[in-house]
Amino acid sequence: MRDHLFGVRERNFRFQSGSLAPPPGTSPRHSLLRRGIVERNTRRRKHHLILQQIILGVIAASASFGVERFPPPDFTTGHQLPTSYMPPVRPDLYNYIDIGALILALGLAAYLILARRSRRGIAGLAITSLIYFGFYREGCICPIGGIQNVALALGNHNYALPMVAGVFFLLPLLFALFFGRVFCSSVCPLGAAQDVVLRHPIKLPDWLIHPLSVLPWIYLGAAILYATTGTTFLICRYDPFVAFFRLGGSAFMLELGAVILILGIVIGRPYCRFACPYGAILRLLSPLAKWRVRITPVQCIQCRLCEESCPFGAINSPTTEKIARSEGRSRLTILLILLPLMVITGGLLGRLGSVQLSRLDPGVRLAERLWSEERGTAKGSSKESYAFSKLELPNTAAYKRALNIEHKYAVGSLMFGGWVGLVIGLKLISLSIRRRRSDYEPDSGGCFACGRCYSSCPVERARLGNPEAMRLLKERECSK
Amino acid sequence: MPDNPEDKKISRRDILKQGVWYAGLLAISGGLGLIAAHAEQRTVWQIDPQKCIACGRCGTECVLGTSAVKCVHAFAMCGYCKLCTGFFEPEPNALNTGAENQLCPTGAIKRTFVEDPYYEYTIDEKLCIGCGMCVRGCGAFGNGSLFLQVRHDRCVNCNECSIATACPAQAYVRVPADKPYIIKTQDRKSQ
Repeated sequence: MRDHLFGVRERNFRFQSGSLAPPPGTSPRHSLLRRGIVERNTRRRKHHLILQQIILGVIAASASFGVERFPPPDFTTGHQLPTSYMPPVRPDLYNYIDIGALILALGLAAYLILARRSRRGIAGLAITSLIYFGFYREGCICPIGGIQNVALALGNHNYALPMVAGVFFLLPLLFALFFGRVFCSSVCPLGAAQDVVLRHPIKLPDWLIHPLSVLPWIYLGAAILYATTGTTFLICRYDPFVAFFRLGGSAFMLELGAVILILGIVIGRPYCRFACPYGAILRLLSPLAKWRVRITPVQCIQCRLCEESCPFGAINSPTTEKIARSEGRSRLTILLILLPLMVITGGLLGRLGSVQLSRLDPGVRLAERLWSEERGTAKGSSKESYAFSKLELPNTAAYKRALNIEHKYAVGSLMFGGWVGLVIGLKLISLSIRRRRSDYEPDSGGCFACGRCYSSCPVERARLGNPEAMRLLKERECSK
Repeated sequence: MPDNPEDKKISRRDILKQGVWYAGLLAISGGLGLIAAHAEQRTVWQIDPQKCIACGRCGTECVLGTSAVKCVHAFAMCGYCKLCTGFFEPEPNALNTGAENQLCPTGAIKRTFVEDPYYEYTIDEKLCIGCGMCVRGCGAFGNGSLFLQVRHDRCVNCNECSIATACPAQAYVRVPADKPYIIKTQDRKSQ
């Protein structure tokens, strides 16, 4: 009965992945048998499905051999099978256009900020980048996310680093070695989005800025941990503006983006300063730059007019008060001794939290679910465990895979914890190192090269031919 | 340009900075060179239909307003049934194209008569939202010839596909861009 109804029989199939053509000679055709089924269907359709369900349940439970319930028909009218149209992928050319656009934008940014010293030009370029890399290219691929592709490629040899991701990751770093953070200033669509909304910057107190500025480093470490273990691309998952760029996304991401943009009206670039992991890398490289933003085109006249012009608090004032060297030295010594301790403590804490950290991995979550189902603490099956049951693998396969992932996390979380300890320790050390400065200058790491400070400098204004500024300079010279 | 090298004050700090600068330049250009030499094949996201359970998350989790995932029909696998469980509701009032009988929430499947008793089912992609209801229906009682695929005219190929992170079957895989589809030619059961 069963065989008669559903045409159950064993068959050898060939699996052709990626082939667009219908497989040749898929099956012998049993049109008479099929016709019988369909006629029966129409006669007793109401009850048929219930019956079918019961029988299929029996088959599914008993048979793991080949099932083709309704053999494809032989058409007597010579009907040709249609083919499904499979749209091709975006051609490679567009990738090269993207890379070209990135190089062009970075070059132009360097020219506008360092040679032309034009805030207007930078703002214009930022909006252009926001439109192209943000809304047109929908925020993907970007160098910030590229960190994870590089990390995954380094951590997993089966993953081939896409060329665009690698180039996008490295090019802004190369430019930073020469020109500072020109990428942040006007190429990054995330930075541009925040730059556009910034209207009434307030100055954040130091006690808030210093702890917050450690966050990008921790985020960087976490992103690398989750990328190298192959769990998820954390940065992409929690990219606050990508939902806006694509004009759609989860409610949580849209809300997060909105909160950051609203905060961004009064706090200059909150994501860039207190979250962006790529900004952290650039912050490290930027002090090495050959050419960097200088507030004054010629000479600083210590007029203090630029002091409040930076919405990101990235202008360092000249050092005035003399600090006793011995006092700083003893503090530094203590911190240097503490640093290895902090790394070790961090590492141990990270190792303790290893299982917690690994819970983001779908493989680990699946194994935990299967285990609780096996013990009976969880009733029924989740979508995940149902999908796994369809694979007809023993639960131990999932456990083995999860153990493998957790082993990776045991090492990874140790390193991540150590990294957090190191970052906090180095931050404390950097706070106790004071450098002598005679002029007002942009912070070599924190400056986003946005050019807002240029117009506040009277020397710059005089250079541009502003009569008032020229008079002021002359007065100063006379009074000396 | 001072002739006497003593005039140029080079501190230890500057030398260190120079060293790090050159090291950085070397590392970055080396990385770029490596990438140029091993220009890896681009990959795109795709659903492995053998793992897919058509849970419906493809329809809701995609970053696009209407998902880039749509239903594809492997006609060679189709039984051309008159009572198609991918097309009809579990207990249809009549075997016709009346909206109340259809499983598809958007009416994206077209049912055309071929010859007695065969009917052909084609998918109107413009209407398909990738919810996978027909795929579940076809897989449960039929041959499993309907399956979900990421359509590359719509997919923006996110670095981290948000459906992939939500997929309970971990059916999302990165496939080489020159073979961007995994066409179903057999049901999982008969593998």
